[in-house]
Amino acid sequence: VNNNHVLILGARSDIAKAIAHRFASEGSSIDLAARGSESLLVDKADLEVRYNVEVTLHDFDVLDTQSHASFVETLPVMPTTVVCVVGYMGSQADSEKRPDAAVKVIRTNFEGPASIFLVLASHFEARGSGTLVGISSVAGLRGRASNYIYGSAKAGFSAFLSGLRNRLTGSGVHVVTVLPGFVATRMTEGMDLPSRLTAQPEEVAKAVWTAVDRKRDIIYVRSVWRFIMIIICAIPEKIFKRLSL
Amino acid sequence: MRLSGWGRFPVQDARVFAPRDEQALISHIGAGHAIARGNGRSYGDSAVSQSNTVHMRFFNRMLAFDSTNGLLVAEAGVLLADVIDTFLPSGWFPAVTPGTKFVTLGGMVAADVHGKNHHKEGSFGRYVEWLELMDQSGSILRCSRDQNAEVFDWTVGGMGLTGVIVRVAIRLKQVESAWIKQQTIPTTNLQHTMEVFEAAQESTYSVAWIDCLGTQSSSGRCLVYLGEHATIAELSKRQQKAPFEVRRKKGITMPFDFPSWTLNQYAVKAFNAAYYKNGLRNQGERIVDWDGFFYPLDSILGWNRIYGRRGFLQFQCVLPIDRSEKGLKELLAEISTTGIGSFLAVLKRFGEQYSKFSFPMLGYTLALDFPVSERSLALMQRLDKIAASHGGRFYLAKDGRIAAETIRQSDSRSDAFIAMRTEQQLREGFQSSQSERLGL
Repeated sequence: VNNNHVLILGARSDIAKAIAHRFASEGSSIDLAARGSESLLVDKADLEVRYNVEVTLHDFDVLDTQSHASFVETLPVMPTTVVCVVGYMGSQADSEKRPDAAVKVIRTNFEGPASIFLVLASHFEARGSGTLVGISSVAGLRGRASNYIYGSAKAGFSAFLSGLRNRLTGSGVHVVTVLPGFVATRMTEGMDLPSRLTAQPEEVAKAVWTAVDRKRDIIYVRSVWRFIMIIICAIPEKIFKRLSL
Repeated sequence: MRLSGWGRFPVQDARVFAPRDEQALISHIGAGHAIARGNGRSYGDSAVSQSNTVHMRFFNRMLAFDSTNGLLVAEAGVLLADVIDTFLPSGWFPAVTPGTKFVTLGGMVAADVHGKNHHKEGSFGRYVEWLELMDQSGSILRCSRDQNAEVFDWTVGGMGLTGVIVRVAIRLKQVESAWIKQQTIPTTNLQHTMEVFEAAQESTYSVAWIDCLGTQSSSGRCLVYLGEHATIAELSKRQQKAPFEVRRKKGITMPFDFPSWTLNQYAVKAFNAAYYKNGLRNQGERIVDWDGFFYPLDSILGWNRIYGRRGFLQFQCVLPIDRSEKGLKELLAEISTTGIGSFLAVLKRFGEQYSKFSFPMLGYTLALDFPVSERSLALMQRLDKIAASHGGRFYLAKDGRIAAETIRQSDSRSDAFIAMRTEQQLREGFQSSQSERLGL
């Protein structure tokens, strides 16, 4: 795996940084892609100093789907693995009041990631190898009043990843869906999350590394979430619609 | 949130912020009464400000390393453990290290930490090439021995009270292997111990575990450990093949607080006797790995919980060289009479003081820890008096309880430190619970 070349989309997030460290520590070269990527220069230096690997920075805007094809074509090296960590929760209240706010959440979590993965999938399929990792969410498994805009976008992304995996099986390209549950990041800072259900970014990174290494399809980070979601999904809608979860 | 140092005493309500970038850091510092917190390994209240504790955990990136001279530039929140992980495989080791690797570089500078090589190689500050300090307005000043030298001098050992250290450039030292050639010398009493230390001035590392419950004749008996970085030639055939590879030991995590009665004087006495006996068996020379030599306690994650929920207190003083023997005798006699033993009692010979407000001075330092209780607090106050009466002074990174007047009387430098803080208008901007308690 030493010659691995990993592209991380949405590289500014805490999960993305942890994933970059994990792969770099295994000797992978790292491409960090985000808007205003020059602000990641310090992170680039950190990865280079710690792991003695090559790190490059790339400007990438997940919402600018027009640019995705040329973004991939102008990459200096076609990566062996791509991890899409892009995620945007927004404010549920805003999303309910302003359609444009809801659309931004939906486009950032679903449309944009699907678009860039479609471009990458074609390149990988032609090459006959590669791994695409999508960080989705358990919020996509059932819509809840508190975050259904974000959740429905993630549901779309999860369904997309599952279809893409179905399409590419046999082509040599592997697709991983990650359902992290709560993670202690900037996005959840200040929320009162139960510590047993909350993973650290490093745990997500480790789970992603293992999933890529062992070609897993759908992974949770803390296994307790698998059971929580089985229960949540099993509640009849008649009852579920009255609950506040 | 409820916040304390590593000793878990005192525990206070404090507002803690963890800024992720320089802009956020500037706005938090601007609010005043700020103290930077690294990994929270100072024992008492040095890194707690009730209104504005600024956690530096997101400033943990390494920026550059020059493999021709071992100069590492890094943000202040980088852990020493990460520095070792990164650079030991290519033959670089911290020039000075405290007894735990779970400290940040910024914290090491602020406390001007010392290690087992202080008598010969000085404190951490000596290996700081430059540092960058943020003041309350958010501007950053680069300081070194040549540039803003006065600020540099106060900041090394200044306990974070001159501003927030944001970046440092430190020199690592080159080593041939990850192994230490360790010599264990059992001594029979204090005088003997000091003779061994004085004869070992040329050893790179020297430290002693002291049995502080020894009776009259055996008072001050020690196991003195001397150490040198092992050269390739000194390693076994197997070690020579990969001189920087040390098998990782599985750490233990302390899963709960011990009930406080487990550490009564009988347990401590038995432990001390057994430990000394074991040392007698292992005397002489051995090759040991770096982790075991420098950081024996780090393998027990959360070892502070051994002392129970009430936490524990550290007492560490240094006595000037000409008063050391007499002062140590009195300190040990007082401890022995009270009968509150310390599990981890450490004696060490120091070299010269480095920066203006740095703790070490030429002499002997004694470090003890006690579970928190009325009796141990009273004992420590008596120890304070004894140390002060011999011209000794106290290590602020370990303190969470000393009285302001004790510091003012024992440490003649504190007046100058306060005057500097007042003149530079730092007292509004930067303070810790410790600096408030001590009036610094």
